[in-house]
Amino acid sequence: MDTHGRYGTRGTVLRLLAVAGTAALTLTVGLVTPLNPAPQRAEAKDGKQVLTVAVAQSVDSLSPFLAARLVSTSIFRLMYEYLTNYDPKDDHAVPGLATKWEPSADKLTWTYTIRDNSEWSDGRQATAEDAAWTFNTMMTDQGAATANGNFVANFEKVTAPSPTKLVIELKKPQATMAALDVPIVPKHVWEKVDDFTKFGNDKSFPVVGNGPFILTDYQADSYVRLKPNKSFWRGAPKFDELVFKYYKDGDAAVAALQKGEVSFVSGLTPAQAAALKTQEHVTVNDAPGRRFYALATNPGALAKNGKKFGDGHESLLNQKVRRALFMAVDRETVVDKVFQGYAKEGEGYIPPRFSSYFWKPADGQKISYDPAGAARLLDEAGYKKNGDGKRVGKDGEPITYRVLCHATDPPDKAVGKYLQEWWGKLGIGVSLDCRDNVSDPWLAGEYDLAFDGWSVNPDPDFVFSIHTCAALPATPKDVGATDNFICDKKYDALYDQQLAEYDAAERAEIVKRMESRLYDTGYMNVMAYPNAVEAYRTDQIASITKMPETAGNIYGQDGYWSWWSATPAAAGGSSDDSNQTGVVIGIVAGVVVLAGLGAFFAMRRRATAEDRE
Amino acid sequence: MTAEATPSLVGKTGDPAGAGPPGARGPRGSWGPRGRRTAYPRYVAGKLGGAAVSLLAVLVTSFFLFRLIPGDPVKFMTGGRQVSAEQLAAYREEFGLDLPLWEQFTDYCGKALTGDLGTSYQFRTPVVDKISDALPNTLLLTGTSFVLYTAIGVFLGTRAAWRNGGLGDRLNTGLALTLYSIPSFWLGLLLIIVFSVGAGPIPGLFPTGGMESGGEEGFAYVLDVAHHLVLPVVTLVAVEYGQTLLVTRSALLDEMGSDYLTTARAKGLRDDLVRRRHAVPNALLPTMTLVFINLGRTVAGVILVETVFSWPGLGGLFYQALSVPDLPLVQGLFFVFAAAVIVMNTLADLIYPLLDPRVGR
Repeated sequence: MDTHGRYGTRGTVLRLLAVAGTAALTLTVGLVTPLNPAPQRAEAKDGKQVLTVAVAQSVDSLSPFLAARLVSTSIFRLMYEYLTNYDPKDDHAVPGLATKWEPSADKLTWTYTIRDNSEWSDGRQATAEDAAWTFNTMMTDQGAATANGNFVANFEKVTAPSPTKLVIELKKPQATMAALDVPIVPKHVWEKVDDFTKFGNDKSFPVVGNGPFILTDYQADSYVRLKPNKSFWRGAPKFDELVFKYYKDGDAAVAALQKGEVSFVSGLTPAQAAALKTQEHVTVNDAPGRRFYALATNPGALAKNGKKFGDGHESLLNQKVRRALFMAVDRETVVDKVFQGYAKEGEGYIPPRFSSYFWKPADGQKISYDPAGAARLLDEAGYKKNGDGKRVGKDGEPITYRVLCHATDPPDKAVGKYLQEWWGKLGIGVSLDCRDNVSDPWLAGEYDLAFDGWSVNPDPDFVFSIHTCAALPATPKDVGATDNFICDKKYDALYDQQLAEYDAAERAEIVKRMESRLYDTGYMNVMAYPNAVEAYRTDQIASITKMPETAGNIYGQDGYWSWWSATPAAAGGSSDDSNQTGVVIGIVAGVVVLAGLGAFFAMRRRATAEDRE
Repeated sequence: MTAEATPSLVGKTGDPAGAGPPGARGPRGSWGPRGRRTAYPRYVAGKLGGAAVSLLAVLVTSFFLFRLIPGDPVKFMTGGRQVSAEQLAAYREEFGLDLPLWEQFTDYCGKALTGDLGTSYQFRTPVVDKISDALPNTLLLTGTSFVLYTAIGVFLGTRAAWRNGGLGDRLNTGLALTLYSIPSFWLGLLLIIVFSVGAGPIPGLFPTGGMESGGEEGFAYVLDVAHHLVLPVVTLVAVEYGQTLLVTRSALLDEMGSDYLTTARAKGLRDDLVRRRHAVPNALLPTMTLVFINLGRTVAGVILVETVFSWPGLGGLFYQALSVPDLPLVQGLFFVFAAAVIVMNTLADLIYPLLDPRVGR
């Protein structure tokens, strides 16, 4: 009897676990359904108009001195005012914290007038002293230079002679002084920080700022919450709250948009965009992207000390071969088949959305799709076919190019297959080397060609700087800022010239000459400009500013225009049907719970009766 | 007689006459209480020592293993930004990547022994903080699922075995195998589409992702998290319970022909009681092994389910750490995952002799 008793206890525990678990689960369904029907409208919560943006990228840090990721820097744009901003119409620099800026005659001193109507959210005035302190801290503290040190690398001295006057002295002329994408932080808050490498700015809320929004809460990989800054000098945002909510899976984010749990989703695949196009109250925004998608050719890896390294194929040093290869790339097919129409055909280096710097080759210069011409060009270059129909290199071996591709990037693999077909017809083999992380062979120069792509800023200085000789690594063992080891003296001369040119139109002309040079040398072949495909709910967002305004993108703009300008849709809409169904299901769930409990007690009774036997 | 004929996990330990392998009992063997008193501490010491050695091996392995991952962490972190060669050098110095490997290793070991797993390259926060932030989230998800799928697996497994070959068995086993073979991310996505967004007459009942809505407090917060927990737990339970079911079923089938069950029936006990009180306790040992293995795994999280449901747990963190590679974070996580399995296995080793005296002799 005693033994029976012990067995009975264990059996009951197991049964209890099973039933309690099931009941808890069902109970949750029952409880949440009739009382808290799932939100069908994001703006309905607490009567507040909430703009919820689905994001996937984790915040690396909320300290402007440390963070580099797009999600973080986009949030800084909302929290802090920068010296300048970019016009949503055409990306030219417009006032931010500074109302105007002008260089000295010798081009080495820039004077900024700081606005007198920007307040920190704790009520103190934002002044030139805050800006000077921010820059000086980055210049003197290596930890504070982590994220944006490159912006102050050419600064000699920064001072604030008055609350509305900021003076920056340079070591050498720099045309990008109206594009200093550095969040200006409040000195009175940040001067208390001891170690900038350890301060994450994510423990105490609200965070003091002077941008259009104030950061009020953050949970890593869950959400970032911001409220409007009612005293923002340009005017307060219209939504009551802005939430960046995490969706690590794109399809789940799309589901959230369909349901209305989020107001906006970006980074859509063609299939997702197609599915959302038929969805009621959802608008798909297929905007020109800020990114180019290219095929980079190894020009023979070189270090600044003159040492050559890597093992790029010798034939690629022949300009005719590079031209022939790109002549055999059907860019229309890349756009139509690989990007399924969500891209523009590649031409020059800078995407067309940056109209001031966009350049495209003239008819005589353009490399058009011409496989027969490509074959002729290869013959001319001395790379003829052997008896097996394979083109052979100078060493007599059939040519097979190793093409580095990103395993996580589906277009790379798809274009790679096309390259195998197109170049195969020329008698050239292609060996795709797809990796999660391509940096090892890339940095070692151990590749022939590689899929490449960069996002371009309104001021394109950076994407040009990575092709200068100055960006090469110091020695083969070092890592330089170079993209793919291009070092071309003519190009470098143009680069230096544009950096010292303060006239915007003149500078744009020089930039276009650089693009032309880059195109002709054939080391960077732009195949496409992928679009930024995103979608938002029209029953939550009535209007929102795009960048460029006419047909631009919403997420990741250079500025705070989209979220600052967004206006909520008028309240209304109907989710009654689903709520009624929800109540029905809630009742059913309640019945299931009761039945479960009944069955549980019945089993207990039976167990007791058995023990009595 | 009753005690002899109805051996149980508890009964065996205190009952030398219980069912055991022939010849297992000797006058000086460790079956008796006296034998166990001397053998068990030695056994425990052996197991604990083994676990300590394993942990040390993991500590060393985690350092060298992840240095084989291709990729330069500094280049990855600065990718897409304009950085000077001086800045790159400063990064390397800050992370200690400029030091010789052996020096990095001694530094890592020294700090690890004091509980400092270093600072994450990408998040600039101590690894211990990142792990302790995400660990409760993972434990909530995997722990809840673990309890449910173990209970359901054992419950259905015993019934399937008891009615071996019957319709219930075939249905149960078939369903369990089907769900077991379904990719968890696919099932998760399907549940989101059907039960979060709503399909046909089914309304959207649950959130599409995340662990909380934010801004809730007190009981409302608990309800909110429970609301978010339902679908990921259902997904995990659905794909995991089959394993427990099959192991339990197979173990119970092995016991089905045993004499003590015939004796129990002969005693006049109802079939249900024979199963619950006599057969199941003896069949539970293989299941217990699985339970402890699964318990160790709960810490490692479930990358796919965490990703589909945007659950901020360790699985997702591990993926992010690997893609950089964020060496301190990936080492720290690997160490914690491995340590959890080692601790659970050691715990299982320590408990087995209490459940079955044949173990640990």
